Amino acid sequence: MSEAVKRKEPLFSPRNKKLIFNPLSKENPITVQVLGICSALAVTAKLEPAFVMSISVMAVLAAANVIISMLRNTIPSRIRIIVQLVIVAALVILVDQVLKAFAYDVSKQLSVFVGLIITNCILMGRLEAFAMGNKPWPAFLDGIGNAMGYAWILITIAFFRELFGSGTVWNYPVMENLGLYDLGYKNNGFMILPPMALIVVGIIIWIQRSRDKELVEEK
Amino acid sequence: MQEIFNIFVKSIFIDNMIFAYFLGMCSYLAVSKTVNTSFGLGLAVVFVLGITVPVDYLLNKYILEAGALSWLGKDFAEVDLSFLSFIMFIAVIASMVQLVEMAVEKFAPALYSSLGIFLPLIAVNCAILGGSLFMQEREYETIAEATSFGVGSGVGFFLAIIGIAAIREKITYSNVPAPLRGLGITFIITGLMGIAFMSFMGIKL
Repeated sequence: MSEAVKRKEPLFSPRNKKLIFNPLSKENPITVQVLGICSALAVTAKLEPAFVMSISVMAVLAAANVIISMLRNTIPSRIRIIVQLVIVAALVILVDQVLKAFAYDVSKQLSVFVGLIITNCILMGRLEAFAMGNKPWPAFLDGIGNAMGYAWILITIAFFRELFGSGTVWNYPVMENLGLYDLGYKNNGFMILPPMALIVVGIIIWIQRSRDKELVEEK
Repeated sequence: MQEIFNIFVKSIFIDNMIFAYFLGMCSYLAVSKTVNTSFGLGLAVVFVLGITVPVDYLLNKYILEAGALSWLGKDFAEVDLSFLSFIMFIAVIASMVQLVEMAVEKFAPALYSSLGIFLPLIAVNCAILGGSLFMQEREYETIAEATSFGVGSGVGFFLAIIGIAAIREKITYSNVPAPLRGLGITFIITGLMGIAFMSFMGIKL
């Protein structure tokens, strides 16, 4: 017994810390693994929906990772995709009902994108690649880490799009209070439109890869 | 008839799955390296959207919607099962993809070998589930409208992925800044294509 306790990893061992912090930069789900782009772009016209979306994804991803990792030895590999989809769909229904009850306006703004968390590639990707082969606690950390990596990109995009597109940050009129409108400053309505989200992500990838040469793709 | 045609054109150009809603971006970015493979994926998406959207329409109309169960008798007239729609839609999509795969393999082996691995992947493509959810949100009146919306969205995706694949094939010969190579430039090109598609936005149908 004492031996078993000795061999047990501490809760935040270096390996586990890596699980949380790597997805923030080197293994970022959006800019490096290219997972979960669909929802990342559509909900980022304002900070508030982007934030709510990040929290929802975090809840679903962490819970689904833990559940799948607990079931990993009992799921037959041939039907694993369906099992994963059903578990994720059940969790997403929970999140959707909670949002409708407590944040109705935001849930209207997110419209179909809450439902689309089900087919968010981050979920399937992490479930397949990590939860199917690891214990629940590392799987939980991996879920939180990846969701944070997803969240910070989402929030960065939303910050710039809202600041330049509507002149506000979290509905607070920054540009107006700075008095820029009196100087002739105009909001760039283009930032709110869908194509600019793609270009902002492109620029984030550019900055990240010029700082971290390892990530540059081969020709 | 005219309404159906309008929905078709609208879902291809104005409400394009990729450029207006970013649905199916994951497979769009991953499979668009060459025109041949993206042709296969595009076809598979048109095919599956054309089948799942009408099936989900029937499911929504006769089982899930508020009051949809009234055909069972008075006791069921008040039942609203719409909170179950995510799980029902995804189940329908996963099983339809499986069925379509078997049918295509049996009756059209040539098509099967060209669609190949893409059919099973489609079950987790956001564009497919998104098609069903938009169909539910926009409350199409008849099954013909729902079908034309499904096929139209598929064609929109098809056009987008063929376009980006052709551009990416060409761009391998260009001198892109190293950090932007691959993923970064693809995002920016998609953004530019999106701006081009925005010129359809003002059209009222």
